Amino acid sequence: MASTMTQGKKKSPSPRARPSAGDVSTRKRLTPAELELLAERIIGLSEADETEVEIDFGRDALTRFANNTIHQNVAEQTLTISVRAVVDGRTARAVTNKTDEESLRRVIAAAARLARNQPEYPDLLAMPRRQKYQKVARFFPATAGIAPEDRARAVARVCKMADKNRQTAAGIFSTGTSHSILANSEGLFALYEETNAEFSVTILEANSSGWAKSNSPDVRVIDPNALAATASRKAAESRTPKELAPGRYTTILEPSAVLDLVGFLFYDFAGTSVLDKRSCLNDRMGKKIFGENITLWDDVYHPLQTGEPYDGEGMPRQKVLLVDRGVPKNLVYSRATAKKMKMKPTGHGFSLPNEYGEAPMNLVFAGGDKSVDEMIGSTERGIFVTRLWYIREVDPYEKVLTGMTRDGTFLIENGRLAGGIRNFRFNQSVIEALANVAMLGPAVRAAGEESFEMVVPAMKIHDFHFSEATKF
Amino acid sequence: MQDWANWAIDTAKRRGGSYADARVMDIRQRDIGTKNGEVGTLIEAESLGIGIRVIASGAWGFASTDRLTREGVESCAAEAVAIAKASALAKRENVSMAPEKEYVDTWQNPFLKDPFRIPVERQIEVLLAADQLMRRVKGITLAEGAMSFKRIEQLFVSSIGSSIHQIKMQSGAGIVATSFAGSEIQKRSYPNSFGGQHALQGYELVEALELPGHAEQIAEECVALHSAAQCPEGAGTIILGGSQLGLQIHESIGHPIELDRVLGQEANFAGMSFLTVDKLRKLKYGSDIVNVVADARLEHGAGLGTFAYDDEGVPAQCTPIITNGLFTGYLSNRETASAIGEAHSNGTMRTESWNRLPIIRMTNISLLPGQWKYEDLIADTEDAILMETNRSWSIDDRRYQFQFSTEIGWEIKGGKRGRMLKNPSYSGITTEFWNSCDAVCARDYWTLWGTPNCGKGQPMQTMGTGHGASPSRFRNIKIGAAFAK
Repeated sequence: MASTMTQGKKKSPSPRARPSAGDVSTRKRLTPAELELLAERIIGLSEADETEVEIDFGRDALTRFANNTIHQNVAEQTLTISVRAVVDGRTARAVTNKTDEESLRRVIAAAARLARNQPEYPDLLAMPRRQKYQKVARFFPATAGIAPEDRARAVARVCKMADKNRQTAAGIFSTGTSHSILANSEGLFALYEETNAEFSVTILEANSSGWAKSNSPDVRVIDPNALAATASRKAAESRTPKELAPGRYTTILEPSAVLDLVGFLFYDFAGTSVLDKRSCLNDRMGKKIFGENITLWDDVYHPLQTGEPYDGEGMPRQKVLLVDRGVPKNLVYSRATAKKMKMKPTGHGFSLPNEYGEAPMNLVFAGGDKSVDEMIGSTERGIFVTRLWYIREVDPYEKVLTGMTRDGTFLIENGRLAGGIRNFRFNQSVIEALANVAMLGPAVRAAGEESFEMVVPAMKIHDFHFSEATKF
Repeated sequence: MQDWANWAIDTAKRRGGSYADARVMDIRQRDIGTKNGEVGTLIEAESLGIGIRVIASGAWGFASTDRLTREGVESCAAEAVAIAKASALAKRENVSMAPEKEYVDTWQNPFLKDPFRIPVERQIEVLLAADQLMRRVKGITLAEGAMSFKRIEQLFVSSIGSSIHQIKMQSGAGIVATSFAGSEIQKRSYPNSFGGQHALQGYELVEALELPGHAEQIAEECVALHSAAQCPEGAGTIILGGSQLGLQIHESIGHPIELDRVLGQEANFAGMSFLTVDKLRKLKYGSDIVNVVADARLEHGAGLGTFAYDDEGVPAQCTPIITNGLFTGYLSNRETASAIGEAHSNGTMRTESWNRLPIIRMTNISLLPGQWKYEDLIADTEDAILMETNRSWSIDDRRYQFQFSTEIGWEIKGGKRGRMLKNPSYSGITTEFWNSCDAVCARDYWTLWGTPNCGKGQPMQTMGTGHGASPSRFRNIKIGAAFAK
């Protein structure tokens, strides 16, 4: 499945008094002050022309259930130290999770050695100096305090409900914390902390299934029982699915399905992608290619979004209007791409060095005011889709994607759900789909499996192309 | 490593674990990427830690840490026990595992040249030479190259007395030419998409690939695709090149035979399987000439699924999966083998890293060679489309209905390869597809392809798998649905 790239982070040593880090490998948990001291120490040890260090410390736990029982239950603690060195106009990166003095010296030396042994990079810019960042508050003690027993009890309640309904439940309940620091030898320093929580559930019957998922930094907004009840209802209502002929149908996509489709547009809005001529927006910027009702931003500061307010080099992320009433208006740019394209950096660059430049990672749709019930009620004949699966790009310029429906696909007849149908394969251009949106719901924070979480509405789309059906 | 693992096992047992195993893994990686004459990615990474798996109160717990002091390891083992006891809050029955012997062993895959001892500037030079040759071809708008190397040293210790030390060296490399013209983006890769070829070998793999020697040809094919005819729609005969068939095996045989899927353990994410247990030794999966094995042994080849022991301490094995067309075996671990009444696990538990729980993964899932010479196969084919090098791939969550498209196609007419076709695609239902196979090429045309990016599990794990295949022919296949209007 899809590879991922991570958003960056950063900041520079602060003057306030800090405790001694000592040998951090003996510490149970690193405090932000200790992380900061470690970053300072690495920069101090480096003899490169410029040095950047990213440190990530995370604790994550995940309880996994299937067949109405917990079958996997895991926890991890990880510390990653990533050093980028610049030597004679060349740059490279080395990464370790070892924190003893010898390993720190070795990772610094490795970054410098790799940098030295490559051709000069003419577009390399000096590392940025100290930046100012807009504050975001995404660390919730309630999430950080969740214990294995808390997750297990929530899962046990869901399994009990499934048992009672003679259904089978499978899913996950995960929680975690992360602390990140990005600093460089030019004085930049950025610090970020975040919690995360996620509950995903599939409820199965003999020949049907339903699914629901929620994700937030604040575990208190996640309601496992309500999610399980939704999945349970869909499984029950889609029992004994009928086979429907493939074709073009008016289709209502729930927010998770919309998210997984439009997530394939991320890289097309990168300046580098346009320079490389692999973006579907080549020769299309400024032209009305989507519907009038499609307006889209990248906005890490949106209250329903998550992530650091800075990019892989430590540049502050900006809110960028990507699509204005159907017209692609702006791309996002790292510092280097911005210079090449004579634009201003937008704070969307990946950690250097990399080939992809940048991408918007915090999409926020304008949304609409129609409820899903109104969408269904106004549809004479159509398809209702809960979730999409295994989406891949068929045509990168027309942005034709293929994939399957999954876990709750229904026929709509005469304004109401008329039972489950066997799952469909689609071959559909996202550009065409976003030009055919008849109704939008309010934008909500949604989670899928193929893309990052985003703030996205349910959509009613005309002429959605289903090309084949499967056997269930 | 031995001390860390022993501390973990001792603590787990002392805290009430009825079974425990520990994996210490020390992983080193180098990744190089070039694009349009410049170095893009240039990263070296190392990661060392321990993962501890425990059964306590009849349920599983797992914890991992990179804090490798005695206190760090012991508190991690204690956490694994505490998690297992929490798991027991939603337990239906006690975990049961098929029996396994204890092993004390050490193993390393053979290789000729340590890629980490080859100067990085020499590796960059090879990629940039190929890059330059691709960009010399008019119409190429993007040239990319990549190399990746990984060394995994691991120690597995279990409470039944096993202590297994393994070192695996893995290499991979490939190049890609892309061309944008009009309203079309076309792409050609060598020797395969997914970053090229990957195997359990040293730098000799990269040297044998001769990337610069193939750069011009793929660049020219890439540009020529713009003016090639569109692959037609309809039902017909297809011949799949070895690397595309490797991915077909991965998606439509390798995943559905994973017993954890079959038993519903992946229902929420990776999905389930149409291969319910009633189908074992009964389902006609393919035609009589279809023979597939899951083989992790070195004698099968130096694939990404090759090892001496899996991450549960079970020796590498060869399991017949499809025998003369009949479905004969799953991929199992000790727990799922016990669940379906098998005497032993067939050794497919694998983990991405020390911080991930081992889960059932493909090893080398290979279609055994047939009898045909490639030239004879083409000469024997009246009307078909030859499809090579994967471009997109998708299959439903029970592994029935699939659709693939490839980078390039060729018309076969009257036993000869004719004009180039662009945007080839085919689709179908797994068992119908494999039952339509009527020719498989011989050992001389067989390659053990490496797929480095197989995702499964929650948290997600990426694993390398191997797929041996030779060009093969399939009849009455649906062609062109991906581009149908």
